Amino acid sequence: MDLSTINPVLLIASLMVAATPLLLAAIGELVVEKAGVLNLGVEGMMIIGAICGFAIAVETTNPYAGLLAAMVGGAVLSLLFAFLTQVALANQVASGLALTLFGLGLSALLGQNYVGIKPPAMSKLDLPILSDLPVVGPILFSHDPVLYIGIALTAATWAMLKYTRVGLVLRAVGENHEAAHALGYHVVRVRVLAILFGGACAGLGGAYISLIRVPQWTEGMTAGIGWIALALVVFASWKPWRVLLGAYLFGGINVLQLNLQAAGIAVPVEYLAMSPYIITILVLVIMSTDKSRAPASLGRIFHASQ
Amino acid sequence: MIRLEKRPQPSRAWSLLTPLVAVIITMFAGGLLFAALGKNPFEAIRVIFYDPLFGEFAFYYRPQLLVKGGPLILIAIGLSLGFRAGIWNIGAEGQYIMGAICGAGAGLAFYPTESVLIFPLMVIAGALGGWAWAMIPAVLKVKFGTNEILVSLMLVYVAEQMLASMSLGLLKNPEGFGFPGSRNLQGYESAFNSELIAGTGMHWGVVAAFIAVILSYVLLNKHILGYNIRLTGEAPRAARFGGVNPTRLILFCLGISGMLAGLAGLFEVSGPAGQISIDFNVGYGFTAIIVAFLGRLHPVGILLAGLLMALTYIGGEIAQGTLSLPAAAIQVFQGMLLFFLLALDVLTNFRIRLAAKGAAA
Amino acid sequence: MKLTKFLATAALTMGLATTALAEKTKVGFVYVGPVGDGGWTYEHDQGRKAVEEAFGDDVETVYVENVPEGPDAERVMTQMALEGADLIFTTSFGYMDQTLNVAKKFPNVKFEHATGYKTAPNVSVYSARFYEGRAVQGHIAGRMTETNTIGYIASFPIPEVVRGINSAYLHAKKVNPDVEFKIIWVYTWFDPAKEADAAKALIEQGADVILQHTDSTAPQAAAQAAGNVITFGQASDMSEYAPFPRVSSIIDNWAPYYVQRTKAVMDGSWETVSTWDGIGAGMVGIGEISDRVPAEVKEEAEALRDMLASGEYHAFTGPINKQDGSAWLADGETADDGTLAGMNFYVEGLTAELPQ
Repeated sequence: MDLSTINPVLLIASLMVAATPLLLAAIGELVVEKAGVLNLGVEGMMIIGAICGFAIAVETTNPYAGLLAAMVGGAVLSLLFAFLTQVALANQVASGLALTLFGLGLSALLGQNYVGIKPPAMSKLDLPILSDLPVVGPILFSHDPVLYIGIALTAATWAMLKYTRVGLVLRAVGENHEAAHALGYHVVRVRVLAILFGGACAGLGGAYISLIRVPQWTEGMTAGIGWIALALVVFASWKPWRVLLGAYLFGGINVLQLNLQAAGIAVPVEYLAMSPYIITILVLVIMSTDKSRAPASLGRIFHASQ
Repeated sequence: MIRLEKRPQPSRAWSLLTPLVAVIITMFAGGLLFAALGKNPFEAIRVIFYDPLFGEFAFYYRPQLLVKGGPLILIAIGLSLGFRAGIWNIGAEGQYIMGAICGAGAGLAFYPTESVLIFPLMVIAGALGGWAWAMIPAVLKVKFGTNEILVSLMLVYVAEQMLASMSLGLLKNPEGFGFPGSRNLQGYESAFNSELIAGTGMHWGVVAAFIAVILSYVLLNKHILGYNIRLTGEAPRAARFGGVNPTRLILFCLGISGMLAGLAGLFEVSGPAGQISIDFNVGYGFTAIIVAFLGRLHPVGILLAGLLMALTYIGGEIAQGTLSLPAAAIQVFQGMLLFFLLALDVLTNFRIRLAAKGAAA
Repeated sequence: MKLTKFLATAALTMGLATTALAEKTKVGFVYVGPVGDGGWTYEHDQGRKAVEEAFGDDVETVYVENVPEGPDAERVMTQMALEGADLIFTTSFGYMDQTLNVAKKFPNVKFEHATGYKTAPNVSVYSARFYEGRAVQGHIAGRMTETNTIGYIASFPIPEVVRGINSAYLHAKKVNPDVEFKIIWVYTWFDPAKEADAAKALIEQGADVILQHTDSTAPQAAAQAAGNVITFGQASDMSEYAPFPRVSSIIDNWAPYYVQRTKAVMDGSWETVSTWDGIGAGMVGIGEISDRVPAEVKEEAEALRDMLASGEYHAFTGPINKQDGSAWLADGETADDGTLAGMNFYVEGLTAELPQ
């Protein structure tokens, strides 16, 4: 039992990596939910992203082409969800669950020939001087590019929601779709775009796992991260910066418990693993007395004639 | 431009027809998929849909449909009541797990005492376990207005961790050589939920599912509570003016769905599954949500939808075994079926109209 | 009990019918994961392919993948038996009770259950002495480590995994008295992201050798990224990471056993057995030791492997004390299979606490 073997700098650096797929998927889902749509298919879109990204990266030997393909793959799958819920007005919960089932199956089919292959590596940021700095070097300046994209995306989403007209429309649609419709906004169009954005983000998050964090392809490799992303959005009370914080917290608890174990400390793993969800519920309760509630139209079906 | 126009009344004809149409489209699309994988599409469709019902070994598969469909139906019936009233319990998986843990725990506490009282006690414990787990989102919603979709979903993850903890700790079989998992209840006569009539697949869980179908049909059509549930879902305002107490409705709907999910878990763990283990839950709670919608939230529809889902599972396994179709292809096939069923439901409530561009929506 | 008889007769007539018609021996495999997992199930499927190759047109193999432990497994086995399988391999510990249930209904079908301990007149069990391979790994690890810290990614605290840890530790310690083991329990057999995180945590805490009892190559990739860490392939050879960081591996080689048992069914010599084979019988393969291992270490490791194979040396040979200091094996005494099968204690020297 020796806590001194845990290096806090490396711990933070690696929890940032562990948090990134969560962050990407959750930011996407946040935008979707802000538009009043609950897409439970995050896991399915992530795994499709993971295989699309992996396959294209291997075929083109270009990891960036892979990342792009992952976003396209996730978005295309989410289009199915968009069609079901926005055009055919199907129930969102059921459609999202069906999407996950479909995505897991399809990814396994697509990935049959990609088991046991190493993908092309993605170079890490290596700035002279900066990357070699103690403490801040490993934490801030030595990661892969996607990790920074995740943080930039968080900032962009925050600014978009807060300062732009697009953000305003998005929130209006999510809060009260009838009123937004009466004001002349295209509710369905906004929602479809939000869903596509969510799909692309989830796809990117999936590819982060298959191309950078692990990197390899195996069936079912997202192993439930998409579901955690859903919890994370709620935990963050639909605020982008809190998503970032939450992702580090959720990812951090896992990395920390692994580190504690390695340091020889017996950890009650199951109780630690359930703690993020219990905290999320507490956050929900606290929030419900606060202004920052869930988008009012979340999960409700919109039809113009209603 | 194509436009949807809401029907004043859901179309009865379409609501009966759409599932059939969806199955036919799925067979076609699935056939293309199987052909693309180099299999004979007609044979594959036959193996999945026909063989379990009428094939050589149907005598075995037909009862299995009940075993597989039973928990789906039982859970979906409970969920449908809430869904009709706009109360969204999507954490049935967690309630299912807690029901199983409590029920099995109650039984194992008495091991190896044999008594006819043990099984009824387990049933009560299982129902209470599921009910209590569903009461968490219910009470939070009533007291604080928290979103029950999210709370019930979060509690699934908590329940899964509880399950792992129980399998590795408290309920671990002391004679299991350290492997995770509880004693097998199939070997504990007082706790074993065996087939009531050998070879029929009918165990108490299936019986409970059928009873639930009947009771919910009666409730929805003959009872004031059912009327209130439907009214709240269709016209929440009118319901409030009509004196429906939303608090009681929330507690009732979440409670009953949790209880039925808990019962499903208990009957599964004490019967077909036999033991609490880390992978005890196989997603019945989530699949039941889909079943509830496929059944259009109608008791009889859910009964049929549950059996249909079970058919694709069992037929899919046969197709894997006899035609070497990969499991993933079956999953994709099921996904397609769900998509078509969900998408076509629009025809029940809406009319498709070809309208001139720019016409007022 | 009528049904049982009915099923049995149905199966019997069916079995007779198929043999009369085709003379093909039908062998079924029930897999817990996807065949594309690159680890546990993948290796069983290699075994299935070896059976096909060995007997060509005389056999027909079928498999169902991703079968959850529980009622689904029981149904899949029954389905295989009904469809005329003569021999069924059920390849996960969690299929134990289901295998016995189905075997009871089909007395003429032979069953082989992997890693279990319950047999019946038509149910054999088989498992591999992976701990022998762990001994070789421990030896290489102990000789190669410079930080004297070896990281171990463990799945579940079950005897199989505990045996591996003990065996690796004893043999590392033997060649390097200062060696220390850091053990992380990930509570999964297969979760690439979590395995990667665990490997990183171990590396960050100074481990320069990673041993894993989980099936994905994620720890290999993490070691490669770290640059100066060596690893060992698990379940499959994982040769895509050779010669470095992967310096050797433990390979689950089920092929010889599957071929032999299929043969036994064909010529009618099948009997219930409890097989627990190691390196000697070829069930545990030691993947090629790469040239990143110094020649003398490689020689020693190969000598150890050969001694284990010939039975000259047992991986658990006393004197060995348990973690609490109490004596387990006296000098020269070797562990009996019963104790090994239920091993639920660490040996002396391991500092971590075994989760119970």
